[in-house]
Amino acid sequence: MMRRAVSALLRKELRLELRTPQVIPAMALFSITTLIVFHFSLQANSVEGALAAGVLTVTLLFSSILGINRLFVADHEEGGFDGFLLAPVDRTAMLVAKALALGAFLVVLELVAVPAFGLMLLEPSLTGAALGQTVVVLLLADVGIAVVGTLVGALAIQTRARDLIVPLIALPLLLPVVIGTAKALAPTFAAAGAGALPGRWLAILGLYDLVFGLLAYAVFDFLLED
Amino acid sequence: MHGSRLRSLSAATVVTLITGFSLAAFVAPMDADQGFMQKIFYLHVPMAIVALCGFVFGGICAVMHLRTNEAKWDLRAYVAIHVSVILGVGVLLTGAIWAKASWGHWWVWDEPTLVSFLIIFLLYATYTPLRFSIEDREKQARYASVFAITAGAFVPLNFVAVRAATSLVHPRTFDSAGNLPGAMRTAFLVCFLGMALLYVLLWQYEMAHKNTVAQLRSLKRKLAGDDGLRSRRSAAPELQV
Repeated sequence: MMRRAVSALLRKELRLELRTPQVIPAMALFSITTLIVFHFSLQANSVEGALAAGVLTVTLLFSSILGINRLFVADHEEGGFDGFLLAPVDRTAMLVAKALALGAFLVVLELVAVPAFGLMLLEPSLTGAALGQTVVVLLLADVGIAVVGTLVGALAIQTRARDLIVPLIALPLLLPVVIGTAKALAPTFAAAGAGALPGRWLAILGLYDLVFGLLAYAVFDFLLED
Repeated sequence: MHGSRLRSLSAATVVTLITGFSLAAFVAPMDADQGFMQKIFYLHVPMAIVALCGFVFGGICAVMHLRTNEAKWDLRAYVAIHVSVILGVGVLLTGAIWAKASWGHWWVWDEPTLVSFLIIFLLYATYTPLRFSIEDREKQARYASVFAITAGAFVPLNFVAVRAATSLVHPRTFDSAGNLPGAMRTAFLVCFLGMALLYVLLWQYEMAHKNTVAQLRSLKRKLAGDDGLRSRRSAAPELQV
């Protein structure tokens, strides 16, 4: 029952995005622009190591804020919430479906942003091993961003100052993800060639995903009651 | 809590804080390399710990609010977070002064305890704007509780994450409390107790204020009817008496 509701909602999200691509192009374009901004503001033609990890993390984080801002707009304005609340399904289905949708958007974003970053800014070019490590770290980060983003998006959609509230709440809440991702990716982008992934930071990212996953599961119902 | 009990709590707070600070200033030994500046420790550290506990306490009240759906729990969470944010400003200021005195800089980035406290403070600084931007009272209370729970769980997690990036310049109070000489530890514990009492006292005062305002409103409503009251938007929860 739950699985059918989730897959129906997820299909709705993806179909909406496929029919009128709105969020993903905006996120992808924004990420490229941010990389250019980094090139000029750092006045560097190439970056490596911890700096490279930070540039990539910040680019992805800021782009994902755009996605979080738009995540619930259609449901709020076109009555999607009312329709969902009338359906006899578990409300957590909405959380799971929205988080999966946001996660999918983030993966597509990274399919654009990571190669662009590799071509435009990263000095030791991405080898196969480094790419694999990047994928592992970013997937862990995506889970955290998707869960917290869904929670914050649902929280902010009912406020009058939606676009102001999302970054104000989401950025501090996501800082552990920023720290974990940047620290975990720093050895991967090292100039001397990719070092091993630091297990401690992967564990912290995993812990964050777990805690906020459970927390979102516990409190999300209260954001939909009406 | 009203009247005489509030008064005796105020007296106990003042006495404990004065005792604690006098112990810190006159009895506790002078720190070997920081000198008198180290005395700010007895203000800064208790304040930080109490503020963080207050944030977590606000989260627990918010859990109770979502479970029982009673407005008084929302009010308790609101007041707890409000008082903690005020203490948080004090923590950041005293921390900066201490950092300048002992490390030579107002702000030190590779210092996990400072940075994680700042992050938590910034997060909670959005609590009031969030409440203010939701007009419907019932929804405001519910959403604020969800925020308070999320942020309350974030407090310990954030400390784990930032501390893992650690360089360990900042003293670990609970790890190193065993290393404090006896007189220092006694002074610290009395200061800590005083600061906890201060938090409870401020919390009680604001609760008493909010309850009184609610009672006053209901009296006015009885006298003048609903026309006599202009309802205004506010971030603070409103009790219906």
